[in-house]
Amino acid sequence: MVLKTLDVLGSLHGYGIARRIEQISGDLLAVNQGTLYPVLLKLEQEGMIASEWGASENNRRARFYRLTNEGRKQLQVETKDWEQTAAMIERFFAAKAEDLS
Amino acid sequence: MKSIKRFFARLSSFATRRAQGERLREEIEEHIALQTAENIRAGLSPVEARRQAILKFGGREAMKEDYRAERGLLFIENSLRDVRIALRMLRKTPGFTIAAVLTLAMAIGANAVVFSVLNGLILRPLNVPHAESLYLIERASDKDTSQSYPDYLYLRDRNHSFDSLAAYTITQVAMYTGAGSSLIWGMESSCNYFDALRIQPYLGRFFNLSDDHGPNSAPYIVLSYAYWHSHFHDDLSVVGRTLQLNKHPFTIIGVAPPQFRGTVVFVSPNFFVPMVNHEQVAGTNDLNDRASRWVFMVVGHLKTGVTPAEATADLNSIGSYLEKTYPKDERQVGFSLARPNLLGDQIAPGVQAFVAGLMLLAGLILLAACANLGSLFAARAADRSRELALRLALGASRTRILRGLFTESLLISLVGGALGLWAGVLFLGWLSEWQPFGNFPMHTPVNPDASVYGLALLLSLVSGFLFGAVPVKQVLRTDPYQVIKGGSSAGVGRRITARDVILAAQIAICAVLVTSSLVALRGLVHAMHSNFGFEPRNSVLVGADLPMAGYSADRVPIMQKRMLDAIAAIPGVESVGLTDALLLNDQTTSDIFTDRTADLRPSSAAASVYTHHVSPEYIQAEGTTLLSGRAFTWHDDKDSPRVAVVNAEFARRIFGSVQNAIGGYYKLPDGTRIEVVGIAEQGKYHSLTEEPQPAMFLPILQWPSNSAWMVVRSSHNPEQLGAAIRGTLHQLDPGLPVVIETRLDEIAGALFPPQVATVALGVLGAMGAMLSITGIFGIAAYSVSKRQRELGIRVALGAQRKEVLQAALGRAFKLLTIGSTAGLLLGLVASKVLALIVYQATPRDPVVLAGVVVAMALMGLLATWIPGRRALSVDPMILLREE
Repeated sequence: MVLKTLDVLGSLHGYGIARRIEQISGDLLAVNQGTLYPVLLKLEQEGMIASEWGASENNRRARFYRLTNEGRKQLQVETKDWEQTAAMIERFFAAKAEDLS
Repeated sequence: MKSIKRFFARLSSFATRRAQGERLREEIEEHIALQTAENIRAGLSPVEARRQAILKFGGREAMKEDYRAERGLLFIENSLRDVRIALRMLRKTPGFTIAAVLTLAMAIGANAVVFSVLNGLILRPLNVPHAESLYLIERASDKDTSQSYPDYLYLRDRNHSFDSLAAYTITQVAMYTGAGSSLIWGMESSCNYFDALRIQPYLGRFFNLSDDHGPNSAPYIVLSYAYWHSHFHDDLSVVGRTLQLNKHPFTIIGVAPPQFRGTVVFVSPNFFVPMVNHEQVAGTNDLNDRASRWVFMVVGHLKTGVTPAEATADLNSIGSYLEKTYPKDERQVGFSLARPNLLGDQIAPGVQAFVAGLMLLAGLILLAACANLGSLFAARAADRSRELALRLALGASRTRILRGLFTESLLISLVGGALGLWAGVLFLGWLSEWQPFGNFPMHTPVNPDASVYGLALLLSLVSGFLFGAVPVKQVLRTDPYQVIKGGSSAGVGRRITARDVILAAQIAICAVLVTSSLVALRGLVHAMHSNFGFEPRNSVLVGADLPMAGYSADRVPIMQKRMLDAIAAIPGVESVGLTDALLLNDQTTSDIFTDRTADLRPSSAAASVYTHHVSPEYIQAEGTTLLSGRAFTWHDDKDSPRVAVVNAEFARRIFGSVQNAIGGYYKLPDGTRIEVVGIAEQGKYHSLTEEPQPAMFLPILQWPSNSAWMVVRSSHNPEQLGAAIRGTLHQLDPGLPVVIETRLDEIAGALFPPQVATVALGVLGAMGAMLSITGIFGIAAYSVSKRQRELGIRVALGAQRKEVLQAALGRAFKLLTIGSTAGLLLGLVASKVLALIVYQATPRDPVVLAGVVVAMALMGLLATWIPGRRALSVDPMILLREE
C-alpha cells in the first residue's frame, strides 16, 4: 500500500502517506499512524524507497519518501501476485455446486 | 540477498544510532504538527486538535521501541548494555569475581595444558608428508621394534607392500670441533631414510641410496635444523665443512628442515649419519651380524591400496623364510605393524592410557569448577532475589533477566579462560624445552596450536553456560509478588537439592584425585627405597667410550684396566667396577641353554637373560649382595675356564634353587659351557615394575667389550669426585670423551614415569582439593547466612555450641562424608590403571587409606572453619532486633 501510494503520488512525507492510506481505504483502515514509521524504515533498508529532507506544506522540515527503481519493480511483482491471488479467490467464490459436478 | 542488504543497513544505522533517534523524533513532531493543522482546519480547538492528533498517532514509546528494533542490531545493542551492567555488578563484588575467575582459570588452564600434551604426544601426526600411511615393523611376539641390519636389508628388498623401508637407530657420538669434544645424540639412518620419508633438505642435500657403496663408504652428516641453529648459528656455509666424529672425518652435506624431528615424537636427533658407516659411528662391526638386532626401528610408507593386514601377511612370509634359512640366528620371526610416533605398541598404550586418564581428570576438575561456580551463582541469584523480583514486577521479561545473568557468567568464564590459557601457554613453553634426561634429546614440542586455543574457547563458553544455567530454574520460578511481600525466600529446603548432589559428586572426584595421587606418591617412595639389586646412593657413573676416542681391539682392555686403576687410586674411592650394560638402562639379552641341550637353536633356549660383561670389582662397586659363591677375580681371564655370576631368578629357573646353582653348568648359543661360581641377589634390570628377570654377569676379561661404564663407589661429594675423575682420565688421554653423572641422576630414567605420574596427579589432586574446599565453603557459608535468624533463635532458646554447629554445618559434613566415601571407592578402582606405571601401586595400603581420610577431614575442617565461626558468633539479640 505504501509503495502504491508513493507510485501514484510521487514523493511524499510520512503524514501524507498515512492520510492517503486512510482516505483510500475509506477510513476503514484507521490503524495507529505511528506504526507506519517502522514499516517505512524497513522498506528503506530494503532499498524499496529512498528518503530525503525537504520542506513540508507549512514550510517545516519533513522527511520525504519516494519510490526507487527497485521499489517499482517490487510493486509490479506484488501487484501481479495480488491480482493472481484475488482472481483465484474470486473464482472460488464464483464457483457453484453444479459447476463441480 | 534482501536480508544481507538489511543487515548492512542495520549495521550502519547501529553505528549512527544517535543521529537516527533524532531523525525519528523530528518526523514524529512533523507528523503530529500536520495532523494538528488538519484537525484545526476541521474546526477543533488547537489544544483538542493536538490531543486528537497524538491519540491518532498511537503509543509513541511502543512505536519508538518497534522502530529501534527495525532499525539497528538489537541483539548486539542489548548485549553491549548487558556487558556493561554485568561488569558493574562484578565490580561490586570483587571477592566473588576474583574467586570465580581464578577457579576457572585454574580449571581451564589445566585442561589446556593436558590437552596440549595429548595433542603433542598422541593426536598430532608426525611432521612427515602422508604420516597416515607410515608404519613401523615390530616383532609380533614381544613388540620389539629392533631388527638386525641384514634382516632390514632383506625386508627392504623383498617386501611388496611398502614404497620403501627406512631404518634408523639412535646413537651417541663424540663430535670434535675446534675447541674440544662433546658427546651428542643423533641418528644413524639408512641411506634411503629421507627419500623414504619424503623429506626435502632445508640446506644442501641429503644422502641417498647412490651414496651407499658398502661399509664406511658414506662419511656424510646431515644436521638437524635445531642443532645447526644453536651450534652453527645459522651459518649457511657449513655445507661442505668437515667434522670429526669419533675421530673419523665426516662432511656436512645438508641441514634438515626445521619441522622435521625424526619419527618418534619425543626424541629429536641432532644429526643424521648413514647407517653404512656404523662401524665408525658406533665402534662395533656388526653390520653383517644377523643375530645382533641393533637397528632400532624400521619404518616405511605403505603402498597406496595396501592394507596393514596385507602388509603383515607379506612380511610374515618373508619372516618364515628367514626362520627356515637362518635357524641359528632367527626365531619367532613374526611381524606386526604399528605407529612409529610412540615407539609402537611397546609403550604407546601406557602413555595413551595415562594421558587420556589425565585428560579425563582435567575434565572432571573443570566440571567440579563449574558445579562450584554454579552453586555460587545460584546463591548469588538467591541473594539478589529482591532485585530480580523488582525488575520482573517492573515488566522486564524473564528472558532479559536470564540474559543478564548469562552475560555475567560468560564474562567470568571468558576472562578465566583467557587467564588460564595464558598461564598454560607459559607452562607449555617451559615443558617443550624440558629435557628430563641430561643431554639425551628427549623432549616433545607440546606448544599449543589452534586446536588448543579453540578448545580453551569452547570450554570457556560451555562452562560459562553450564554454571550460568544453574540459577535459571530459580529465576524462572521467581514470583515477584511473593518475594517482595515475604522478604527473603521462605524456609530452608530439607530435601536433597541438585546442588547437594553436585557438591557430593565434586567431593567424590576430589577424593579420587587425592587417593590416586597418594597411591602414586607412595609408589614412588617405595620405588626409591626398593631393592634395585644395587645401591644407587654414594655412587658415580663414569662413561668413557674408548672406540669413540680411536681405541680398538687389543688396546681396549689395556686402557680399561689403566682407567680402573687410575680411578681406584683417587683418594676417597672405595671401589670401582666396569660394566658394558647399565642396570635399569639399556639391556642386552642373550639366549642360554641347559647343559644337557645339544640342539642350540633359538627355539630350544632355556631362557633369554639380561647379560652384563663386568670387571672383577664390579659386583662390589655396585653394592650388589652375593647370596653365595664368589665374585670374579683378575685371574678369570681368557686362559681360565669360563665362569659366570648369575642372579637368583636365573638360579631358580635353570637349576631349581640357589644352592643347586653353584658349580652348575649352562651353555651359551655358541656352545660355550659356563660354570656358575656365584649367585647375586635379585635386582631390577629393565624397569622398576618388571617381574623378577634372570640375569647373568660374565667377566669382561673373557668377553671383551668396547663400551664401558665405570661405577665408582665413594661417599665423597660427587662434584669434587667428578672433577678428580675427569682430571685423572684427562691425564691418561686428553682426547677421551667423558660423561660423569651420579647414579641417582642416571636411574632418573627408570623413575621418570612414576615421577611424572605423581607430579601430574598431585597437581590435579591439589586443584581438586582447592575446588572442594571452596565448594564446601560456599555451601556452608550460604547455609549459615540463610539460617542466621533460625540459629539466633536456637541460641536464644539455649542451644549449645555443638548443636548450633550441627544445625549449621551438618549438611556440609554429611555431603563431605558421602562424597569422600564414594571417591575413595572409585579411587581404589582407578589405582588399578596406575599400577601399570607406578611401582607397587596398591591402594590397599593402610597409609594411603589413612592419608585419604585425614586429607578429606582436613579439607572439611578448613572449608567449614569460617562459616562455623560465624555460626557460633551469632548474637541472637542483634538478629532479632534487626528484623
